[in-house]
Amino acid sequence: MTISRRDLLSQSGKLLILAPVAAVPAPPRRASEDAAAGYDPSRHRWAMAIDIDKCIGCGNCVRACEQENDVPAGFFRTWIERYQVSGADQEHPKVESPDGGRNGFPPSSNSNAKEFYVPKICNQCSESPCVQVCPVGATFDSPDGVVLVDQSYCLGCRYCVHACPYGCRYIHPGRHTVDKCTFCYHRITRGLTTACCEACPTGARALADLKDPRDPIHEFLRVNKVHVLKPHMATRAKVFYASLDGAVR
Amino acid sequence: MHGVEGYIYPNELELQWSVLIVLYPYLTGLVAGAFILASLERVFKVAAVKPTYRLALLTALAFLLVAPLPLQLHLGRPERSFEMYLTPHRSSAMAMFGFVYLWYLMVVLLLEIWLEYRVEIVGWSKSARGPMRWVYKALTLGSDDIGPEARAVDDKVGWIVTVIGIPSAFLLHGYVGFIFGSVKANAWWSTPLMPIVFLFSAMVSGIAAVLLLYMAAMKVKRRPIDMRCADTIAKYLFYVFLIDFSLEMLDLVHRIYEADESFRTLDFMVQTRLYVSQVVIQILLGTCLPLAILAATQIFRIGEAARRALYATAAVLTLAGIFAMRWNVVIGGQLFSKSYLGYTTYKLEFATREGLLPALALMILPFAILWVLVKLLPPWPEKQAILEPSDATIAGVKG
Repeated sequence: MTISRRDLLSQSGKLLILAPVAAVPAPPRRASEDAAAGYDPSRHRWAMAIDIDKCIGCGNCVRACEQENDVPAGFFRTWIERYQVSGADQEHPKVESPDGGRNGFPPSSNSNAKEFYVPKICNQCSESPCVQVCPVGATFDSPDGVVLVDQSYCLGCRYCVHACPYGCRYIHPGRHTVDKCTFCYHRITRGLTTACCEACPTGARALADLKDPRDPIHEFLRVNKVHVLKPHMATRAKVFYASLDGAVR
Repeated sequence: MHGVEGYIYPNELELQWSVLIVLYPYLTGLVAGAFILASLERVFKVAAVKPTYRLALLTALAFLLVAPLPLQLHLGRPERSFEMYLTPHRSSAMAMFGFVYLWYLMVVLLLEIWLEYRVEIVGWSKSARGPMRWVYKALTLGSDDIGPEARAVDDKVGWIVTVIGIPSAFLLHGYVGFIFGSVKANAWWSTPLMPIVFLFSAMVSGIAAVLLLYMAAMKVKRRPIDMRCADTIAKYLFYVFLIDFSLEMLDLVHRIYEADESFRTLDFMVQTRLYVSQVVIQILLGTCLPLAILAATQIFRIGEAARRALYATAAVLTLAGIFAMRWNVVIGGQLFSKSYLGYTTYKLEFATREGLLPALALMILPFAILWVLVKLLPPWPEKQAILEPSDATIAGVKG
């Protein structure tokens, strides 16, 4: 069989044009296979309120998260930082987080410095850079405002780890896919709170439902001077901090 | 913690992108640069660089075929990589790159090479013996009309493909720059200049690679180097390098003058952890020195043998400098914490999946592929056909 060059070029051209058209955009992911049966994500908008003044750096939250979510050693879905800020020097705070703060902190070395603890966790951004960059849509926004990862779809390319401004993502050494805080999605869709909030002895953290008019988050946002981390990143983070110092990164 | 200075977020201890990801922009840069050099002859009618036209195309193909391998090797779940083509996430720069790559490989490079060699492939499919005859027969793709009309059409289509190919080459490597430049969380990467800096550095590396390969090939084949060709390529290398260097300096000056919140951290990193790779290898040895050598060859009258040596030296230094630039972007972008309060260290492993050994193998592989391609599709006519290559080939076909 002899194919003319014209036919060959024409057929190849059609194939090339059709190939990208045939590629479908990333399909919508399931909210999560861990979501409770009958759970309606459209009725919730999850967030978290953190009161810096209440955190004592005990590490209960880190340990509870580890146990609840089988977090591998050396990686953290949540961690605590201790800040020591001397005088007006906001640029060079001394920050520590030994083993993510899971075992608390050693006694402070600088009695003249202002000292406080900052719990860190995925900010469940509404404009998530991690969701934006994922090449297959394995990281996605669930309808109730939680950023989740479809573990059966993630390539492990690590682009999202770079895109997260807060350092909240890591590659799970066993699964070789990305992992992060899910606000304990398997718990909150069953009416429970997150493991970290439950374990906090001082109530420094509280899971919040922005769609629930009776949720204490509304009072928290009304009475406190509230900040989010790195607001210049314009990620519309949903972890709200009361009494957040300007030195915190 | 070992290798950590100051405070880094706990999950930042592990570096995400290794030397393999350094190779990826380096290889695609060589592709784009080599193709743009080829287009000088085809589209802009720079006849002097004709001896390198086919070599440049084959070089681009050899490197393009290897370019995705470091990415594939790096993935946590490589068996899922094809999902990027089947269900791409349209807002992801990385997902769209797959299509840019395919477009460039299929529409531009393979088509242009096939059109360029078609007449000869048809000839070889009739004159070659043994299994090679079948290889060439397959390469004709069933199209064996090489009459004057068909050749005129080949030429016209080839020209159109090259014209499409120039912006495609720009797109290919500019897009690689965009993958880094669009990460707003990373102050070292996040600059709108990144795609354009990547593009010009790609041209620099590709031109230097083809110049070096051409001179090496002539040495191996014991043929004289066409000095008009080498001089012209060196001239273009010098001009493009000047633009590239200016752009990088513009980025540097802008960062220094603006001195935003990340500046102190990045400045400290450049003066400590990146000093050797950035200041010494990339800027002094890999940019200033080759630029000075190339400038000298433009300004002073230098004998042929010395010029050849200077061009080879400048090309080697340039290739090392551009590799250092890729290293400094990819690895440098991960050595500082996003808290801007600390630094970590990259430890290059040896015989692991992302170690030095696979990186070296991936760096050698394009040259092996190029060797095969040059054997299969010789870029230069053999000695007896030097005078009138196409007529000789056609005579062989008719005979």
